[in-house]
Amino acid sequence: MRRAILTAIIVLGLMVMLQISIASRIMLLSGNVDLLLLVVAAWGLQERVRAAWVWGLVASLLAGLVSGVPWYIYLFGYLSVVGLARLLVHRIWQAPLLAMFAVTFIGTLELLMLTYAQRIILEVPLAFGEVFSQIVLPTVLLNLLLAIPIHALIRDLAGRLYPEEGMA
Amino acid sequence: MKSSFPRSLQTVVIVLVIVGLVTLALGGYFSPVTNLFSRLTVDAQTWISDRYMAVVDFLTVPRNVASLLASNTELEAEVARLQTQVIDLQQQVTETNILSALVDFARANPEYSYKAASVIGRDPSPFLRYVIINVGSNEGVLPGMPVVTDKGLVGRVEAVIAEAARVQLVTDAASAVDVRLQASNIEAMLEGSVTGELSLNMISQDAIIQVGDVVLTSGLGGTYPPNLLVGQVVSIRKLQSELFQQAAIQPNVDFSQLQFILVITNFNPVDISPLIATPGP
Repeated sequence: MRRAILTAIIVLGLMVMLQISIASRIMLLSGNVDLLLLVVAAWGLQERVRAAWVWGLVASLLAGLVSGVPWYIYLFGYLSVVGLARLLVHRIWQAPLLAMFAVTFIGTLELLMLTYAQRIILEVPLAFGEVFSQIVLPTVLLNLLLAIPIHALIRDLAGRLYPEEGMA
Repeated sequence: MKSSFPRSLQTVVIVLVIVGLVTLALGGYFSPVTNLFSRLTVDAQTWISDRYMAVVDFLTVPRNVASLLASNTELEAEVARLQTQVIDLQQQVTETNILSALVDFARANPEYSYKAASVIGRDPSPFLRYVIINVGSNEGVLPGMPVVTDKGLVGRVEAVIAEAARVQLVTDAASAVDVRLQASNIEAMLEGSVTGELSLNMISQDAIIQVGDVVLTSGLGGTYPPNLLVGQVVSIRKLQSELFQQAAIQPNVDFSQLQFILVITNFNPVDISPLIATPGP
């Protein structure tokens, strides 16, 4: 457990740095990829990893630390992603990439809608049509494009951390 | 048998023959013969030299290839090192130019105190147009402080930790800045958007605005100091059915290329929210 938490902090810390320094600068319209969400989803989809929930928790705290979006939005969003991933991992285990796509798609939409709702509550003038075309669609597309490589990387990492599970 | 010529006569004849041959040679009468001889000699010498060098090459080439390969590797490493150095120097020149422009701006506006900072990241959420800078409360940066570059207004500090701060850009959808048009002194509200475009709102229908008008901060609201350059009007939308006319603004700052910024540290934003009337019960 301790090793899993330490790994989560290291991997997700690295992902946060990559996110704010590189990924957030690469924009498609006004959308950008969410590396933390992809990593959390991919980790949650590894069948026998432990501490998937801890990964969701650490990711949400780190994202909340660097972002202007409140931490509880990320907490709810990322823990939902982990929950969805753990739900799907036993149901469509024959097609892990399909599960990754499903978790990425639903998780991205959920997190963006949560953020949108929070901004609306704060009376930020955001037109839904503009948000959908300029942020939601590009972000979903970018996340789906990067879902496969991130899934492959995390699968390798999980295999190294849990070799007996990886071989099983 | 004894020769019929005396020895001295033989000598004289030989000398005369030699002198005659030398004279003929000096006179050029033997040129065809000497040319033929020298050509044969040179050809033979060339052939021998070539064969010798071929043998020498055959014996020494393997050593030279090895040393050439080593030399080539060293030179390639040197080229790579120099190319890296060139890129570093070019980067330093670019940074120096930007910093020099910031220094010029600071000198031109001595009424403010500045803290220079590098932009080290952007907010991970696509809903927010925030950047993260590498100075924080340890350097005297506080929330609400305005942020500028030599090109004009960037935004204001939104949150601070010890070594870093988060800056809300004026292009953020939640940003609203009181501005005025330099030429006509008309006041308006500058607002950001999801796409990062800037627009002027709250301009009365009677106001006359023109494309190219320069937009400056007005200082109203106490959030930003006055007379900071923001941008120019690029288009105007005036509909009689609407209460106000709108204008699109081209910002002077390229927000996608922000590298260095200046935080104005001696400007204290005024919180006027207690003065804003709220609907009574």
